[in-house]
Formats: sequence, C-alpha cells, structure tokens
Amino acid sequence: MSVETLIIRGLSKRFGPQVILDAIDMDIPLKSHTTVIGRSGIGKSVLLKCISGLLKPDAGTISLSDESRDVPPCSYMFQQNALFDSMTVFENVALPLREIGNHGKKEILDTVTDILSKLDLENHVQKYPAEISGGMQKRVALARALITGPEIILFDEPTTGLDPERKYSVFDMIRRYRERFGFTVLMVSHDVPEVFEISDQVAWLDSGKIRYWGSPDDLMSSPPEELETFLHPTLETTQTSS
Amino acid sequence: MIAKLGRKGIAVVTELGEVTLFGLSSAGSLFSQRHLPEKLIRSIYEIGVRCVPITLIVGLFTGLVLGLQLYYVLTKFSSESLLGQAVALSIIMEIGPVFTAIMIVGQAGSALSAEIGIQRNAEQIDALKTMGINAKGFLVSPRLYAAIICFPILTAFFDIVGIFGGHLTGVELLGVDGGAYWNRIYESVSLTNVRDGFIKAFVFGILTTIICSFQGYFTHTKASVPGARGVSQTTTRAVVLSSIVILASDYLITSFLLEK
Repeated sequence: MSVETLIIRGLSKRFGPQVILDAIDMDIPLKSHTTVIGRSGIGKSVLLKCISGLLKPDAGTISLSDESRDVPPCSYMFQQNALFDSMTVFENVALPLREIGNHGKKEILDTVTDILSKLDLENHVQKYPAEISGGMQKRVALARALITGPEIILFDEPTTGLDPERKYSVFDMIRRYRERFGFTVLMVSHDVPEVFEISDQVAWLDSGKIRYWGSPDDLMSSPPEELETFLHPTLETTQTSS
Repeated sequence: MIAKLGRKGIAVVTELGEVTLFGLSSAGSLFSQRHLPEKLIRSIYEIGVRCVPITLIVGLFTGLVLGLQLYYVLTKFSSESLLGQAVALSIIMEIGPVFTAIMIVGQAGSALSAEIGIQRNAEQIDALKTMGINAKGFLVSPRLYAAIICFPILTAFFDIVGIFGGHLTGVELLGVDGGAYWNRIYESVSLTNVRDGFIKAFVFGILTTIICSFQGYFTHTKASVPGARGVSQTTTRAVVLSSIVILASDYLITSFLLEK
C-alpha cells in the first residue's frame, strides 16, 4: 500500500516585485517529519503560511494523493508560541474546543486535562504563560496545536531563542509526540544539523525553489556542492557570501 | 502635485472601503460566536463599567462650567431663569453624547486598539485563524455590540450628572431659583431631544469601535514602523481619527435631525 502524501504543486508567492516562492513542488509523506532549511528571510515561513492558509498563494495547489479526501486542517506552532497572555494554560489549550464545534464542558475538561497530563503540564493548569518557563510555553503551544487531533502540524522555528539543552528537549518532545499521536510534521528550522536527527526528509529552500530534497543521511554524507557552504559555514565563506 | 493628490484621494477612499467591510464583517460574525453572553459581559465591563468614573467626573465638571458660563451670559439678558433649559438642552443634545464618546475613546478605544495591535504582533490573530476561529468575530464583534449598549447608557449618566452640575453652580452657588431651574428643564426637554442624543451616542459607539479595532487589527500594514512603535502609532491614530469622526458625524447627524 502506497504512503499517502500531501502534494504541493506550483506554489508561488510574491510580495510586490520580489518573488518569494517560485512554483514550488513538494510531495510530503503523511505521518513523516519534513524539515525545511534555508537562509534567513528566504521565505520558509511564507511557505508554511501558504500551506496553512494564513497567506493566499498567487498560484499553486495543495492536495492529498488520496483524491477522495480534502486536505485536512493544519495546526500551526508559531515561533513565539502565540499564546494568549491573559488566558491561563488551561484556557489557552481549551480555546479551539470552546470556540469550534459542539463540545460540552465535561468533554473539554477531560480532553484538555488528558493532553496537559500527557505533556507533563498538569501542575501548571491555572498559571498564565508569563508564569511558566519558555520550554513549558512551547509545550502549551504544542498542546493547543494537538487538542483538535490534527493530522498535520506546521512548526515555525520552534527552537528560536532556546539554549542548546532546551533546543534538544523541544526536538525530543516533537519526536516523542509525533510517535505517540502520529501526526505529520512540516518544520522550518535553522538548527542544522541537530534537527536532522528527528527528520525523515530535508528540503533546502533557496531563491524561491526547493534546491534539495532527500534524507538527512544522504544530505550529510554527500551534500550537493552549493549546499556545502550553508551546512558548514566558515568565517571565510561567510565573508565571501555577504 | 495633482497625481499626488489623486493618490492620496484613492488611498483615503480605499481605506474607507476597507473600514466599512471590516465593520460589516465584524458585525455579521457576532451570531456565529460561541459563549456570546460571556464575551458580551466582559466587553460591557471593559467599555462600560470601567468608563463610568471618568464619565461621571467629566460630566460633573462640564455641568459646573456650563452652569457658570451660561449664568453670566443669561444675566446680561436678565434671563437667568432659563439656565436649566440652556444647560439641559446643551448637554442632552450635544455635549453629552460628544464628550462621553471622546472619553470612552480615550479610555476604552485606545486600550482596544493597543490590545488588538499587540495581539497582531504576537501572532495571536494568526493563531486564531489557524485554529479555525473567526478572528474578527472573536475579537471585535462582542466589543462592537457592547459599545452599542454602553455608549447611550454612559451618555445618560453624563447627562444626569451634567444637569446636576449645572444645578450646583447655578442654584446652589449663584442663587438661581431651584424651582425655575427644574421646571424649565421639565418644560423644554422633550423625549425627541433625549432620543436624538441617544441616536448620536449609538452612531458614535459603532464608528469609534470599528475605527479603533481596525487600526489595531491592521497595525502591521497601517503603521510605518513595526513592533511596539507601530502599535503606539496606530493607537494614536485610532484616538485622533475617532475624535475627528465623532465631531464630523455629530455635525452631520445634527443637521439631519434638525432638518426633520
């Protein structure tokens, strides 16, 4: 049985004269972890926002290989978590259930309590985001992204501003919960090569195109010449490119 | 020069269109909201209850000053007995709705614009969209309907306290006959006058809430700089534009109502 894939064809986006995404094609296997890498400001977040529907692409289609199904709604984990600072941890996580669909109070309480305990947040339910650590805030954001049982979660640089130890714990958290809940991960990250440890595929976005698509092992063992500078920058190459 | 004026004109018309569509879509999405009573009560608290003290204080001092000024004007024509009528009609028809609206914009409108602007910068509005929640319905529409309820009520508070302020100066301090003061009000103020004042408050509530929310909601495109300074810029613009719109629409409504 073939693996179901999310098919992106000809995805294009420009802001004024600047072309950000130039007819991007991607086949993302569902239930896998795909990481998009690339230089800052190259359009990685724009790609995620176009896939999530936050930005309207100028052209292109997104579909599933199983044509009988529509593309499932994607959850999105933002760089700065985007938690509501005037809501408690519980209220933040419960928000999608409270606002969408017909969920009773008891059902919301049970579902939120369950997900918070799975993410080891059961002792912080009544705290506000400002009262918990950055790592916990990431987990709250992940809990909110998971609460509706999404098939696809988009992660926009989830380790921004974290120290190396916390960075690894966030990666570990994503890996563990993906295994546990079985969702598809599409992640934008600058943490090369650490992020490769949890990725099944890597896409390198450059000049609006996907210039490399393959497994992290292949990428690390025989990187294409043009990617070498990006993967192993030195002071000399950095000065040359800038 | 002409091209520049033309571009400016097109920009103004475009923004007017955007504000109108924003207002309509916010108003229309209220009834798709879950937990509406809870959201409405919270918004009424923010816009209404928290603005009561400032409304009462400004109302009292406006009445006091009006009583003083009008007394000296009316004395010149030996018509001090008309003080109650002059104070009441000025407050009920013009000063009450306008000052109340400006005070609410200063307190609740600026807070609304800043709050939504910060939510935009913190990607909270995008987060709502990715959760499938109607962001305008969630953030704006309960406040819009709360404003429709609160503006006339606060205007009524302002009117009552203002008229008492006029009484304090005119009757208690300057010796105008108390019976004449109240009797003149009773004789001259009609329900139509009160209704006209409330119509203004109602319109000001709608316009200012839409303007303040719009400025905050689009702080990322409307401000010339991003971040905190951008929010500060759009908040200032929200208050200034709202104040201008209150005065301009007051003129239009007054001419329309007097025409009738």
